Amino acid sequence: MMTPSRRSLNWRGLLGKAAILAFGLGFLYLVWGLYLLGEPLFAVISFAVGALGFAFFWSPRFYKLRFVYPAIAAVFLFILLPVLYTSAIGFTNFGSRNLLTLERVQAYHLSQIETDASTKRPFGLVAEGDAFRIFLPEDAGRPALLTDAIFGTDATAQIFTGAAPETLPIKAIIQNKARLAALTIHTPNGPLTQSGLRAFAASKPAFTLGENDTLTASDGTILSPNPELGLYQTPEGETVAPGWRVGVGFDNFKKVMFSEGIRGPIFKVFVWTTVFAFLSMVFTFAVGTGLAVILEWKHLRFAGLYRVLLILPYAVPAFISILVFRGLFNQNFGEINLILSTLFGIAPDWFTNPNLARGMLLLVNTWLGYPYMMLLAAGFLQAVPRDLYKASALEGASGMQNFFSITLPQILPPFVPLLISNFAFNFNNVVLILLLTRGGPDMPGTLVTVGSTDILGSFTFRLAFQNSGQDFGMAGAISTLIFIVTGAIAYYNFKAMQKYAAKKGAGHG
Amino acid sequence: MVEDPKTLRLRKFLAHGFMIGFIVLIMFPFLMVLSISFREGNFSTGALLPENPTLEHWSLAFGIPYERPDGTIIQPPFPVMLWLWNSIKIALIASTGVLALSTTAAYAFARMRFRGRGAMLDTLLIVQMFPGALTVIAVYAIFDALGQVVPWLAVDTHPALILTYLSAITLHIWTIKGYFESIDPAIDKAAQIDGATPWQAFRYIFLPLSLPILAIVFILSFIFLINEYPIASVLLRQTDNMTLAVGARQYLYEQKYLWGDFAAAAILSGLPITVIFLAAQKFLISGLSDGGVKG
Repeated sequence: MMTPSRRSLNWRGLLGKAAILAFGLGFLYLVWGLYLLGEPLFAVISFAVGALGFAFFWSPRFYKLRFVYPAIAAVFLFILLPVLYTSAIGFTNFGSRNLLTLERVQAYHLSQIETDASTKRPFGLVAEGDAFRIFLPEDAGRPALLTDAIFGTDATAQIFTGAAPETLPIKAIIQNKARLAALTIHTPNGPLTQSGLRAFAASKPAFTLGENDTLTASDGTILSPNPELGLYQTPEGETVAPGWRVGVGFDNFKKVMFSEGIRGPIFKVFVWTTVFAFLSMVFTFAVGTGLAVILEWKHLRFAGLYRVLLILPYAVPAFISILVFRGLFNQNFGEINLILSTLFGIAPDWFTNPNLARGMLLLVNTWLGYPYMMLLAAGFLQAVPRDLYKASALEGASGMQNFFSITLPQILPPFVPLLISNFAFNFNNVVLILLLTRGGPDMPGTLVTVGSTDILGSFTFRLAFQNSGQDFGMAGAISTLIFIVTGAIAYYNFKAMQKYAAKKGAGHG
Repeated sequence: MVEDPKTLRLRKFLAHGFMIGFIVLIMFPFLMVLSISFREGNFSTGALLPENPTLEHWSLAFGIPYERPDGTIIQPPFPVMLWLWNSIKIALIASTGVLALSTTAAYAFARMRFRGRGAMLDTLLIVQMFPGALTVIAVYAIFDALGQVVPWLAVDTHPALILTYLSAITLHIWTIKGYFESIDPAIDKAAQIDGATPWQAFRYIFLPLSLPILAIVFILSFIFLINEYPIASVLLRQTDNMTLAVGARQYLYEQKYLWGDFAAAAILSGLPITVIFLAAQKFLISGLSDGGVKG
């Protein structure tokens, strides 16, 4: 009776082992590929992640860890690793000027070709049915050449003796411009490509590789690599783009901390980030809790309908609402200014006046965030003991007194961790800033582009991705500082939660 | 409680007045966008209600070229329906993955003792606050390298984005763990005595018992992912690959300001997501506060 089930178990066990083997082999392939690619760091990390997974699922000894492995691996690979990697970038000069590796910079320079002027010779088109041939007349002692009829991107030319054939007018060359540009003519002395409208010429590499990674240009100039700058330099010290990444130690951090032109604006951004996060938290909490209390009132009819309508800002995808506000607040053709100018004859410049822009952000963020607070408050209100209200009603307390002396003290303690989370969320609410104001209006007279409404996160994101000179190194350094601040808030929150849990536990005991 | 009927009526009146006034203010952007989506052209015409209502923007949002009365044919500026499909597809697949990863991990954290358990839980809590927007350079670098070995995981592919989104589980693990801990330990003791493995206890006891919280986590994850902008904006490049969150922004560039087209596209694409949310809101209200209390 037991045999069939045991056999099917074995069968499933085998299948499982096969799946684990396939998983392991897949990872080995990945590791090998990454290693060949010249990414030893990623290769080592994927090896570690793959090997751990393989061990956990292969050996019954690690049975418990199988449950956490996928989650922890995902968090490690796509949150922790990127955080560490970003911090590491903070110690380099990685950016649009120093984007590649030394090998790829060399390969780039070596792949540059220039026309060999000594081989330049004129050409003409010769009609040949629907197609054409190319005739290269005798030039500077080189014999005349004629190709076969040309259909593709390659043609072979033979030495041509005899009377020069009749060539087509220049108009025909212009008509066939694209085809000629893609064409390679194979001659007995090597391939030729078009050089200018009227000539073909051979090409040669612009640089040759010398000793110690130096590059020699065709005119004899020697470029040597500068390992501190990550750029090639001429003997005169002129740098040649593109550059490669090199470590610069604490340079980026020093710039953030001590360079007057950068430290000043960043400090302002930090202050605004904190104010923005704090006020957003206070406003959403006040509005949300207030509404929840009114909705709780037992005499209020249609509370269900009101609640659904009030939740709408939370239900609509935020990126849509934010863009809608961006349009509505538009200074020239936005509907809000249309109404304001009709009613009061004013048209505030929401996007160019720093304080108005900040006010607008807070307004929009309160609109976006109060429903979440309202939902939370509605939940916590359920837990407030009814007896307390009955007692206070006997003493003739007003609604306001009830709220401040009973409701608020009761719901605030469980709210605290969520408020801190909310603060941290808004501290890094990059999406709102990027979609609504893009950080603008820009502060005048700063070394790096800083907006008056930029929070630290959006400032860094723009530094890395949106300004003309992308500076990943600097962005990495600032990100590292943000990680530290955020980590500290998170840790504090963690402690607050533990405290609350302990208090609650003690209260029950 | 005895209340004077007269003051009660006044207070009711005030409460309803306040509610209706507040809701009108809150709804203003929605009503405005609805009106704009039927208005001619892409600029404000000086009136709040459309004077010559037109279906041009709606037709373009559905991807149908629109012929104006004067015979000019307007092509849809962006593939909105494709973006919506991309967003829903990515958010659905990733949320399913998020649910799978967070339930298994939460089960282990709630019911098993192993080395590093406490450290892992604390790390999860701290890590969840790190802003994803700031690590995008690194995420880009990872997929740039991965893509050269495994082409379907390259930058500008949906699997790459989905894989990244699988890491958005930290808070959910805590929420589900709280719920699992509230399940009576006697139940899994009984299962253990009957010979069930921990996996079987998880699969046949814990999962069915915690369907409400799983639904909440799924919906929260779905909403979060469909709204995610920074990582998607860096990983997705081609217009046809974009999610709605990345693509929608293209309507409102200073140089090319398509306010009317945007309004119709915003309603069309926002509506399904809003409906899903509202349908699930009963679940969410209980879940949010439960999750909050249990933390």
